[in-house]
Amino acid sequence: MISNKKIHTLSVYVANKPGVLARIAQTFSRRGYNIESLVVSPAMDGHFSRMTIGVSGAANGLAQIIQQVSKLIDVLHCTDHTFDDAVVKEMGLIKISVDSSGRGEALQIAEHFGCKTVDLTETSMILQVVGDPAKIDALVEMIEKFKIIELVRTGKVLLARGAETT
Amino acid sequence: MEKKVMDGAQTLIKCLEAEGVEYIFGYSGGSVIPIFDAMITTPTKIKFVLVRHEQGAAHMADGYARATGRPAVVLVTSGPGATNVITGIMTAHMDSVPMVCLTGQSVSWMIGKDAFQEADIFGITMPVVKHSYLLKSSNDIPRTIREAFHIAVTGRPGPVLIDIPKDVSAGAFSGDLNAAMELPGYTTRAGAADADAVKEIADIIQKSQRPVILAGHGVLISGAHKELCRLAEKLNAPVTTTLLGKGAFPETHPLSLGWLGMHGTAYANKAMCECDLLLNIGSRFDDRIIGDTNFFCKDATVIHVDIDPSEIGKMIYPQYHCIADAKAFIDALTPLVSRLNTAEWLKTIDGWKQKYPLKFKRLGNLKMQHVIDEFYKLSDGKAVVVTDVGQHQMWTAQFYKTDEPNNFISSGGAGTMGFGLPAAIGAQFGRPKDVVIAFCGDGGFQMTEFELATVALYKLPIKIVVLNNHYLGMVRQWQELFYDDRTSGVDLEGNPDFVKLADAYGIKGFNLRRPGDVKRIVKAALAYNDGPCLINCEVEKTDNVFPMIPAGKRIEAMIIEAPKAGGKKLEKPTGST
Repeated sequence: MISNKKIHTLSVYVANKPGVLARIAQTFSRRGYNIESLVVSPAMDGHFSRMTIGVSGAANGLAQIIQQVSKLIDVLHCTDHTFDDAVVKEMGLIKISVDSSGRGEALQIAEHFGCKTVDLTETSMILQVVGDPAKIDALVEMIEKFKIIELVRTGKVLLARGAETT
Repeated sequence: MEKKVMDGAQTLIKCLEAEGVEYIFGYSGGSVIPIFDAMITTPTKIKFVLVRHEQGAAHMADGYARATGRPAVVLVTSGPGATNVITGIMTAHMDSVPMVCLTGQSVSWMIGKDAFQEADIFGITMPVVKHSYLLKSSNDIPRTIREAFHIAVTGRPGPVLIDIPKDVSAGAFSGDLNAAMELPGYTTRAGAADADAVKEIADIIQKSQRPVILAGHGVLISGAHKELCRLAEKLNAPVTTTLLGKGAFPETHPLSLGWLGMHGTAYANKAMCECDLLLNIGSRFDDRIIGDTNFFCKDATVIHVDIDPSEIGKMIYPQYHCIADAKAFIDALTPLVSRLNTAEWLKTIDGWKQKYPLKFKRLGNLKMQHVIDEFYKLSDGKAVVVTDVGQHQMWTAQFYKTDEPNNFISSGGAGTMGFGLPAAIGAQFGRPKDVVIAFCGDGGFQMTEFELATVALYKLPIKIVVLNNHYLGMVRQWQELFYDDRTSGVDLEGNPDFVKLADAYGIKGFNLRRPGDVKRIVKAALAYNDGPCLINCEVEKTDNVFPMIPAGKRIEAMIIEAPKAGGKKLEKPTGST
């Protein structure tokens, strides 16, 4: 599951240049850390990108690895937000196998989790869910009584609250 | 004004010239023909040195940089030309040596399509460079070269690679020669040390009675050897250096402990065990220094000063640290401290120096140490000493004392065999007036011996000392000590006659076999002024380097002298090497 307690959430602000993602990925993998989720998108200024990375591995070495990432030439900063007050969101799309007999219950669960039904056929539906990773885990658990045909999660994105910067 | 349009390659040469490049070490090939052509068609003072294998070019640039403090350029072709320099780039990266490596590449539109001599050198070298580029346009050349040199030499130095597709070097240049750098993510923290941190550190130092200063390569890189000497003398505190820090503090100074670590002096290592304060300036706490992480300087206050924030807490968690350039830190610290009461401590250390000196026997078979010691004496300790890797490297470091900065050149972190001869060539190019001695083992020497051609061609007056024990001695030593003397894969049976080999290149050779001939032949070699010479020394085959801290063990487990035959069997070390 993605939302494991040992996963650290890092926000990395980088110059939008070739190879920067490979360099960051290498830094983690060389030290035995696994990238569990990764979202890269352009920042407000198109010369830069924002990466939100979920990594798992020993907590005690992480501060030093963050320094190793920070010193990459194209990295402006790398911050661990795991214990910060931040808004953390992820989107999931879940395609389930459901016909008219189960549709009512499925929609009830979907409504509880604030899902949108973005595709509906006689035998299937796709639910779109947005929330923190634990909420998506809970939805998946509930909806598992229907057959999940396919599932995709974006990985989490994060923004620090209030006056704090990410 | 003439209207002639420059191409990318000519622009490149102009930019290298503007960076003050003195030498390019390299090897030609298809994808760099435009650049080699530009070296002819562009007026330039840059000198090109043609090597015999690309690895040699990288080590030459490395040796040049270590001897002068200035970066040199490596220029090689694509594919195998580029992959052949990886060992040299990695060696420079491990030891924080500045270097700019230019590799040719297929034309842009063929990249990734398995074109002839195409290799993804940008991708392959990513873990061993400080930074790298794959050029997309001829117009990017000025900015990229400016950035590459800036990155290579500032902060913690390192190698920068620029991969240049052939259409980029051959294409017309219509950009700005003065294009500014764009490095928003690169902040050099070389500025002044944080005043509060320095004050706190000064207060802690002032309470110490058994301090040791540990000086690393960072002190040499920042050119802080004089400042360090002043600080040590003001505090009356002993100084040890790392292997690469040799020269950061005069080894003949009464406060010097020599260098520490696996094969360092017993007294430096003993001081690590008994000091109450360790001030590490510019060393990354290499595993060959600290032995067992959990016990290193366990009872001492550890202070770590490094320009690279990612070194703090990597191996050892210091109680105090300061992210700063060594010189900036020492300059800030020195006025805040005064003489410590170290009389007792220095007396203890002197006792260790008396009891456990570095020593060897002059009788019996010829010893490497004897040859090195004689070179030290007869060259007044003033030569630029370059080593290869292995037993001879440790003995050279032990017996050729270094008093001046940038006079001891050795592959420390990477331990690259084959480094010695080409690095000595680079050092001699950089320091043409100084005596350069290359101490090599017979194993490492044969890995890059083809560069004898380069030595001969440029008549470089290098003293090439091949300390020939017909073994890969360091591995054989481990096998003897820890693997019940089962020697495996270390017998270098089949060595050539090195003097004849030198002769084939037109290089003067000496054979040295007997201890009684050492003085005479070393003298003759040093006096030989007509170009290079090679001294083949047939030395004791099965000698071992001591002191020795088995890898991964506590420093207390140091073996100071050779264990007696039939003694207690030694455990296999748990550390890497």
